[in-house]
Amino acid sequence: MDKTINNKAWFLVLPVFLLVAFSAILPLMTVVNYSMQDTFGNNQFFWNGVGWFKELLDPSTDLGGRFLASLGRNLIFSLAILAIEVPLGIVVALSMPRAGWTVAFCLVVLALPLLIPWNVVGTIWQIFGRADIGLFGYTLNAIGLDYNYVSNEADAWFTVIVMDVWHWTSLVALLCYAGLKSIPDAYYQAAQIDGASRWAVFTAIQLPKMHRVLLIAVLLRFMDSFMIYTEPFVVTGGGPGNSTTFISIELVKIALGQFDLGKAAALSLVYNLIILIVCWVFYTIMTNAGAERRPVEGGA
Amino acid sequence: MARIDLEGLAHSYGNGSDVESYALKPVTMTWRQGGAYALLGPSGCGKTTLLNLISGILTPSHGKILFDGVDITQRSTRERNIAQVFQFPVIYDTMTVGENLAFPLKNRGVPKAEIDKRVAEIARLLDLTPDLNRKATRLTADAKQKISLGRGLVRSDVAAVLFDEPLTVIDPELKWQLRSKLKALHRELDLTMIYVTHDQTEALTFADTVVVMHDGRVVQSGTPAELFDKPAHTFVGYFIGSPGMNILSADVKGREARIAGHTLALSRSYDALPAGAKIEIGVRPEFVDVAQPGPGLLDANIERVDDLGRIRFARVRVGDAKFAARLPAGFSPSGSAIGLKFNPAYVHVYADSRLVEGA
Repeated sequence: MDKTINNKAWFLVLPVFLLVAFSAILPLMTVVNYSMQDTFGNNQFFWNGVGWFKELLDPSTDLGGRFLASLGRNLIFSLAILAIEVPLGIVVALSMPRAGWTVAFCLVVLALPLLIPWNVVGTIWQIFGRADIGLFGYTLNAIGLDYNYVSNEADAWFTVIVMDVWHWTSLVALLCYAGLKSIPDAYYQAAQIDGASRWAVFTAIQLPKMHRVLLIAVLLRFMDSFMIYTEPFVVTGGGPGNSTTFISIELVKIALGQFDLGKAAALSLVYNLIILIVCWVFYTIMTNAGAERRPVEGGA
Repeated sequence: MARIDLEGLAHSYGNGSDVESYALKPVTMTWRQGGAYALLGPSGCGKTTLLNLISGILTPSHGKILFDGVDITQRSTRERNIAQVFQFPVIYDTMTVGENLAFPLKNRGVPKAEIDKRVAEIARLLDLTPDLNRKATRLTADAKQKISLGRGLVRSDVAAVLFDEPLTVIDPELKWQLRSKLKALHRELDLTMIYVTHDQTEALTFADTVVVMHDGRVVQSGTPAELFDKPAHTFVGYFIGSPGMNILSADVKGREARIAGHTLALSRSYDALPAGAKIEIGVRPEFVDVAQPGPGLLDANIERVDDLGRIRFARVRVGDAKFAARLPAGFSPSGSAIGLKFNPAYVHVYADSRLVEGA
């Protein structure tokens, strides 16, 4: 293809370039700048090179230890909520009605948790789970379970995971439902004719047809849960101890609590990089999966 | 394999009690074991409804279905032992072609050796053998539909195989091949086959019995020759044949029909026509010749001539009515005024669209 060379065209790109520069590149460069320096307040900065990055990756230092521990918590948290939300979302989608007024009703009920702001979700669960006045916490204690998310690590994790499942399973369910609705009736009729069992219908028709929306659901839920901040911050504040301190909470503690701008900048760059890499991997998998499904010409 | 009897079978999608509003009006008929049937009719005439009732995808609102004398009306599709092929290819994405073909057998617990044998045979008949180990999703629409056909034919014990316009997505050339293949398979496998289509060529070439449906009713069931020579309903007359049968209002008395002031001789006598009924005569264009106007011939004006190669048809006008007639070889009309010469043996009389048998 011939390309037309026209240098005036750059002027048309300029506004976008300026916008991106001010909204993304300049702030990011500030962070890069901070990550190479140390400060003791008073707006005095000292050059530190890649020192913070070295510390980040070294578990024996304070910064490295905190980063790697919180990274581990983030990964466990994301895997846990994916392991629950994806199968649960599929089950919810499968058990939804396919036609009639109940469809609208179910969709509205499912969408409710998605409409609630993050910090409100946190507040709801913070109160809901309290052993003294919260319905959930009080009930658990009343039936003889010693549940207290403020003092027990396992209870804190349980609360944070249940909260996320409550908040986001709807999203997975809605995506799966959309995938299920797009399957033509003929597939179900053919499966009946072929004598397929309920399980065979699921594995041979429904799951393969949901394949793409499931990838999107996993991607969205992974990214979102990996960046989680507000809800656990409101409910547990990262505690008890550091047991629910995720990377984002750690980052805020370092940046705003200790005012260690250099460490925080280095940490946020690495955090950003991890998310970018995961995004890229998912994107590649998804586009490849799409290409594989396209029929090959002359395949007959 | 079974004989299928329909007894007063009807279906209404809503809950209206008026028979005229049913998608399928009551039908009583028998499908013989081993027959090749075509269900022919325009879109929306109830063909697919009838097919889905037989396969059990729909449960009828009225009447009964019997397989070999056993009432199976309330049984599910799985229990009925019916195979059905749909209009658009249905394939199982995660499976290979071979696994797709084996799926109906596997679900019914057929032994592995038997499955392999049947799959190999069906793949051979449909030329799918080279693709058996390929993923089915990566094939073209034609090949996918062949897989669907294969899944319909792979079970040897089915009561019937139902085809719901299965060749819609196939290229015209391959369509011919597949249709003759289906016909050959019918002979080879001795299965009852019911083939739904709105294409008369497809119906007439595939079936030994064609069942014509119109507006939710079965209007005639017979061999292609019967449908052509003696349509039981004016709809069959003009739906089958190209161009369709000519239908003209007429006054019929005894052995004579009067059309536009002209008297036409009939080969049979019609003395007991129902009073008040709309009386029409029907005659296929093949049995009316165009000639120079003359005494004893029906006067008409020629509008255009369709040359179909083998045969030429003249589109003419009798009074206000449109009419088609054959142009004999070597004849060319000298003006627009012509005469029509009827072959009385092929002129039928219809009362309220239904054929009246003369004496």
